[in-house]
Amino acid sequence: MSAISKPSDTLAFEPVLTRYIGKKDSHTLDFYLSHGGYDAAKRVVRDYKPDEVIDAVKKSGLRGRGGAGFPCGLKWSFVPKKTDKPKYLVCNADESEPGTFKDRVINEEDPHQLLEGILITCWAVGIETAYIYIRGEMWRGAQRLKAAIDEAYAKGYLGKKIFGKKFNLDVTVHRGAGAYICGEETGMLSSLEGGRGYPKLKPPFPAVEGLFRCPTVVNNVETLANLPHIFNRGIEWYRSIGTEESPGPKLFCVSGHVNKPGVYERPLGIPLRELIYDVCGGIPGDRGIRAVIPGGSSAPFLGPDELDTPMSYEGLKDAGSMLGSAGVIVLDDTTDLLSALLNVGKFYHHESCGQCTPCREGCGWVEKILQRMHDGRGRSEDIDLVDEICNQMVGKTICVLSDALAMPAQSVLKKFRPELEKLIAQGRPDVLCELAREPSPAL
Amino acid sequence: MSRELSPEAQKEFDWLVTRYPQREAAMLPTLRLIEREFGCIDPEGMKLCAQLIGCSPAKVFGVVTFYTHYKRETDGENVVYVCGTLPCALRGSDALADYLCDRVGIGLGETTEDRKITIKKVECLALCDQAPVCQVEDVDWLRVSKEKADEMLESLGIPKRETAGAAAGGEEKRS
Repeated sequence: MSAISKPSDTLAFEPVLTRYIGKKDSHTLDFYLSHGGYDAAKRVVRDYKPDEVIDAVKKSGLRGRGGAGFPCGLKWSFVPKKTDKPKYLVCNADESEPGTFKDRVINEEDPHQLLEGILITCWAVGIETAYIYIRGEMWRGAQRLKAAIDEAYAKGYLGKKIFGKKFNLDVTVHRGAGAYICGEETGMLSSLEGGRGYPKLKPPFPAVEGLFRCPTVVNNVETLANLPHIFNRGIEWYRSIGTEESPGPKLFCVSGHVNKPGVYERPLGIPLRELIYDVCGGIPGDRGIRAVIPGGSSAPFLGPDELDTPMSYEGLKDAGSMLGSAGVIVLDDTTDLLSALLNVGKFYHHESCGQCTPCREGCGWVEKILQRMHDGRGRSEDIDLVDEICNQMVGKTICVLSDALAMPAQSVLKKFRPELEKLIAQGRPDVLCELAREPSPAL
Repeated sequence: MSRELSPEAQKEFDWLVTRYPQREAAMLPTLRLIEREFGCIDPEGMKLCAQLIGCSPAKVFGVVTFYTHYKRETDGENVVYVCGTLPCALRGSDALADYLCDRVGIGLGETTEDRKITIKKVECLALCDQAPVCQVEDVDWLRVSKEKADEMLESLGIPKRETAGAAAGGEEKRS
């Protein structure tokens, strides 16, 4: 079998997760029910044993949509079956990876789809308490989710004896307060427990010892939203979308220098070029592409010669990058890469929680050196210096925040080295040294 | 005199703590409650939170200062958050922030003397297809051009400049 299997036909694809987005009242229970809503959850709870649900999700090949791409059913199966402790589900709606804005759409426009996914998960794993941890900045998503939960309780889809079975479930929306690190699963658990959002060492993994030191499943919004469809339309149908190793539909968030930025649902494996040119209408002014970040700002940059990369977990891994959250940021050929990388460096330095020295100091050092290069005070040894600092930041910390800066930084140093050397030699770069001189909204 | 929650807010708090098996887990939502009740979280608010949760004020202080989205007593009445992360930066958010600061007459991160407006940089607001983006309290301002920025400032009581062109229509903000 080839490492990268061919994706299903991307042109014939009909949206699954976003099929109702943009329709009037798509966020209400009435709308959801009139379109077959909660049918899958009802059927699963009435006809499936929990193990059968886990088995079906394993067979579907659903992989986590939050960033790591871990097989969802396998993650669930790590939760101990026999335990005296309560089990928890934490839905990760903290969407804060720069360039990612897909979960927002589900939370705001189709929250019942998420709740149905939560019901299926909790039935499968034997969970009676679920939390949706949503970013503090997403006030509308929190409102819509709370309203949807109220509707679901009123209808008996949450609460006690759901669908007439011995199945109780409480769901609570928990708002964050502005910290990127709370999107990291163990940081999220610390925050949910009422503390600073400090990530915790793994193992123990949350499935064994997570929230309140109890077995905990942490799943991304989009992952959970896939579940009703898998049970409505079957595993075979699900696996017919996407690639062998990355089945299913995916929400791609495209931003930066494209004519039609937005959230687009396409099969996993769609070539990056097709996404940029056919789906998003190409680059403004028909300019060329300098680089593309394919999976949120922590993904290594791709160069203009890598546009045929398939947008799947395995395709991007083979290209030395990652699908991550599928936040695709396109940088046209007028973009000063040093400014772009500096922006990324500032972000991670600001968001480092400060627990681990390689991250707390490393992100700061990288930012400072990039800043002096940007300001025309770069030294000839700076490229190697940043590279060496990055080597000390990867795999040496509790969580991967420091990797999330080191990886894109090293990709730029490697792929665009001559350009950076030229900038340093010139003292002041002769290219446009800001990313844009005017506020320039798309459309 | 120490602070108290209003009866309605107290009721909400009493419900909140039933949603978690440990009282301390209600910390973040309780801080939101206090923020809403008293307009910001100041040291008195932190003491109240500590009383309600049953922990030390130092613990609350540690939590509050970890997060950037709680309104503090040092913030102005309205906080203008300007997203400055890469997708917005590619669409001119640095220039937008400069423009806003220039018009309001303060630096980034500063508050006007009348304490009406604070302008802060914020990290990715997850509205990258609408870049550049600002958030003022519960309103997201999308695709913010200079004209749109003038309109935003006008909603905060800063009259438009006479030279500014007519603002574009369309759904460019939401509340």
